[in-house]
Amino acid sequence: MTAVNSAKDDVLVSVRGLKTYYSLRGSFGQRLVGREAGHVKAVDDVSFDLYRGEVLGLVGESGSGKTTLGRTLLGLVPATEGSVSFEGADITRMSERELRVLRRSMQIVFQDPHASLNPAMTIEQSVGHPLTIHRIARGRELRQRVAEALETVGLAPAEQFLEKYPSDLSGGQKQRAVIARAIILNPLLLVADEPVSMLDMSVRAKILELMLYLKHEFGFTYLYITHDLATAKFFCDRIAILYLGRIVEMGPSAAIYEDPKHPYTKALLKAIPEPDPLRSVPRDLPRGEVPDAARPPLGCSFHPRCSAAFEVCGWESRDLRDLLEIRWARMAAAEYEAERATIGDIAALDQPATSFRVAAGNGRPGSEVLALLETIRGEMPDEPFWKGVRALTAADGYAEVELFPPVVPRLLPLGRAHVECHLYDAEALREADARQAARL
Amino acid sequence: MAVPVPSSVEPAQRTRLPGLRRALAPIADARGTTRTMLWLGVGITLAFILIALFAPLIAPYDFDTFQANGERFDQLEAPSTDHLMGTNVQSTDVLSRIIWGTQTELKVVLVSLFFSISIGVPLGLFAGYFGGKLDRALVLVMDALFVFPFLLLAIVIAFLLADKVGQGILSAAIAITVVYIPLYFRVVRNHTISIREEPFVEAARALGARPLTIIRKYVFFNVVQNVPPLATLNAADAILTLAALGFLGYGIQPTDGAEWGYDVNRAVSDAASGIWWTGLFPGLAIVLLVVGLTLLGEGLSETINPVLRKRPKAEADLSGSVAEAETP
Amino acid sequence: MTADPVVSVRDLRVYYGTLRGTVRAVDRVSLEIGAGQVLGLVGESGCGKSTLGRGILGLLPEGAVSDGEVLYAGQNLVNMSPRELRRLRGPELGLIFQEPMTRLNPLMRIEEHFSETLKQHEPSLDDREIRRRSLETLGRMGIPPTRFRQYPHEFSGGMRQRIMIALALLLRPKLLIADEPTTSLDVIVEAQILSILADLRQSFGTALLLITHNLGIVAEACDRVAVMYAGQIVEEGTAREVFSEPAHPYTRELLRSTISLDTKELHSIPGAPPSLIEPPRGCRFHPRCPDAMQVCAVNPPVEQELDRDRRVLCWLHGPAEEVPEDGWSPLERQELAVAEEA
Repeated sequence: MTAVNSAKDDVLVSVRGLKTYYSLRGSFGQRLVGREAGHVKAVDDVSFDLYRGEVLGLVGESGSGKTTLGRTLLGLVPATEGSVSFEGADITRMSERELRVLRRSMQIVFQDPHASLNPAMTIEQSVGHPLTIHRIARGRELRQRVAEALETVGLAPAEQFLEKYPSDLSGGQKQRAVIARAIILNPLLLVADEPVSMLDMSVRAKILELMLYLKHEFGFTYLYITHDLATAKFFCDRIAILYLGRIVEMGPSAAIYEDPKHPYTKALLKAIPEPDPLRSVPRDLPRGEVPDAARPPLGCSFHPRCSAAFEVCGWESRDLRDLLEIRWARMAAAEYEAERATIGDIAALDQPATSFRVAAGNGRPGSEVLALLETIRGEMPDEPFWKGVRALTAADGYAEVELFPPVVPRLLPLGRAHVECHLYDAEALREADARQAARL
Repeated sequence: MAVPVPSSVEPAQRTRLPGLRRALAPIADARGTTRTMLWLGVGITLAFILIALFAPLIAPYDFDTFQANGERFDQLEAPSTDHLMGTNVQSTDVLSRIIWGTQTELKVVLVSLFFSISIGVPLGLFAGYFGGKLDRALVLVMDALFVFPFLLLAIVIAFLLADKVGQGILSAAIAITVVYIPLYFRVVRNHTISIREEPFVEAARALGARPLTIIRKYVFFNVVQNVPPLATLNAADAILTLAALGFLGYGIQPTDGAEWGYDVNRAVSDAASGIWWTGLFPGLAIVLLVVGLTLLGEGLSETINPVLRKRPKAEADLSGSVAEAETP
Repeated sequence: MTADPVVSVRDLRVYYGTLRGTVRAVDRVSLEIGAGQVLGLVGESGCGKSTLGRGILGLLPEGAVSDGEVLYAGQNLVNMSPRELRRLRGPELGLIFQEPMTRLNPLMRIEEHFSETLKQHEPSLDDREIRRRSLETLGRMGIPPTRFRQYPHEFSGGMRQRIMIALALLLRPKLLIADEPTTSLDVIVEAQILSILADLRQSFGTALLLITHNLGIVAEACDRVAVMYAGQIVEEGTAREVFSEPAHPYTRELLRSTISLDTKELHSIPGAPPSLIEPPRGCRFHPRCPDAMQVCAVNPPVEQELDRDRRVLCWLHGPAEEVPEDGWSPLERQELAVAEEA
């Protein structure tokens, strides 16, 4: 991989402490400070630099915040906190009018080629619209420039496409038109949000090739948003892996692919289906799915799914509930009923807490609950959850569970990359040792 | 600039209003019951429009002529060669009144439709696109209007306007206009809200387009296709409302013009005496025009709504698929 | 080919009419699936694979006609009355769709979904047995009994798909057709669902037809694979053989275009999939095929059996007797106009 010129003055976009929260009740984009219940933390304290001429990949699954991050960078979605500096100017503070002027320099290519073009406008009108909006060209000159843009993206001869409507084109052709529209003003930054995920395999390569060609020919800086690490590997110079609004690993492509550090990154890489018949479906993947961004797990957001989690990762009541659910899913109905009766209402476990009670069933003593928990621990000793338990005690009518408090993970440099994971945080490891010793 | 026709792709139509042509394309493609409805509706509506346009030429008499050559027509004369549909209690020719009535009906309805659309659609667009307080206020007002039964509302407004504007075409038109504004507002607003979330609208924002431009170029054209079916069904309803107003005495004054509803009202007492032509013909006219407009409206709404469109059966036979591959 | 297959499709054709002409979505397709086997049906969008999947079950849109044989338990499903088909669907034939949310009733609890399905097809079961069966099937899918009474919207996408699979398996169908079951899911969840589907053969002995556009999925989860192009099956065989040594140029090109972690350079297939209304003369792939010969443009290829287990629809594999003298020389294809590019 080519080394990216990382001279400080080559930074095109600088993101610091960016947070984009969606309020669940009220209107879109109120400026909120602090963490309150009832918000979706789509982007939760993200910082990075985007260098001129490079391709930075934002990789994540749904709920990772990558799409919101892309849009916040363009000012399409208001930031809640933090700053986004584009060529030195902080766009989070700009008015809609100022932003509109800036839009000439940064453009976006969307995911769905079938929905990104106005069905009521011809290709000429659509692709030429940026020129009209910013009053740069009209009439013959506009047509000329549109034709040039179309030829550049491979829609040639351009005359054949000018009068067409989006519904006359194929998916790949539409995406090319969208790209033509995005580049016609010669922007500095191109945000590509899953540009090929809705296209067939045989077409993806063509669009990726086009984007590479444009990069080499015109020097565009790309922000490539995707969930597909395979295409990202091909296209990106650096990659940032996002999980629930935070960057969990970031570094040069080579580092990420050759030597992934974060358990989530490793899982993503392992899960990619490979057309190799000697491979079978990977079995040792993290369980569960991306959690609800409105109620993220405590501590490290990935810990409920992580097989390597340990004392400091942020254990809470919901993890115990998950454990019980996994166990009960495997049991026969009769056994389950019997065990279920031991425990009372488990809805209380839905409220995230590090110190909580597990109520006993009707009239049962707390000791029975304790016994059950101990049995479970005996039968599932490898569950990381148990490392987070400081003490289990029985009381009258309930069992008291005390967990170690969460330690918030930090994004730290490691080799060529940055990782946000306790496994690589010396301080966290020390703390974990201490807790292990302190376990009752 | 010449556009070479490519070999494998269909040639695009080079017409004045290519957008309009595309919008109307589904109409030509209609099949089955939809097609029947559509063409029947068009036929009937067109017939009435022609009658209205050529009223001075077709109508044997004026709408209030009650005499000819100094001689007063017979009252309540049964249909005859002189008076094809008979005369009514005021000795005026029923046929003529039907024909002139067509003009009245269509005049009032078209005027009020025009105003309803001109007010309702833009309001709907802005309320839908910008949302917020404007939207909430407008929705409140429109819903309040919507809650009233059309007829009742029309009567109230006609009644209120009777003092200011005087009864007649204008007050009837205004009453009907007001009653139907909420309809367009609602439909356009709801569609605007859903279009607003579409990627291509977001793309327009990303390009730096101003809200007005977005509304004009991106939202309007995609929303306006709802209007024609709505307008025709609206017209059908408006005819009924106008006739009802006339029936109740709040509509057109007899001196201003002929009106079918008024005529039906007058004919009620005739029915008891076995005189059928004074009521039947105006009544039939109302029914026919409303049916025509409704068929047109339903037909349009089915063609424009792709979900309701029916797929033609695979007419091509299953045989010959292999053979076909060999023939050039 | 397969001893005693669960379903045997012979010469199936599914056509439907559009304003532009008749779409030959499925044009003489034959395949077989044995009990406990997973057959992957792979192809790009518009090749007719979804129509094939639905055609097998008789779930065709209005205006579609079908012809040929779909033999299941000794009966031909193609000519069956809708009522008879409905009786088979559920207990014998199952279908899983791409978007699970649209198939679950948002107003019904999961419990109600299950009890309704069971009551409809096995009315003799009492409530306790219904509950036991439901919980057991759900449990196998990883859905805990504590969530039995929740509504569909309370579950995530991956869990809803598991519920769908559980519902489909509840009646122990012999054949399950999964139409792009993981396309809308994230990659880790996708792998989870695939492992569930791949395990079906062991736990339930179900025959599975997995329809997808993703070659990686097919390679990992399927025993056999059928590659579909323009309404026809162009190659079929064991996953191992087809992927390691593809016989049909399309299969080979498709494999080369698939971007995986090992991809060193980008590769694509020139041109675009043909219209199913007027497919190209001769072999339907010939306009885009790098190995096209003269005969390919004129005569449609004849299906060849390469092995006990392999078949391919391509002139490169003969039969030699049917190729005319000059038919073997390479075809000079015109430079595909970029306008025809996808």
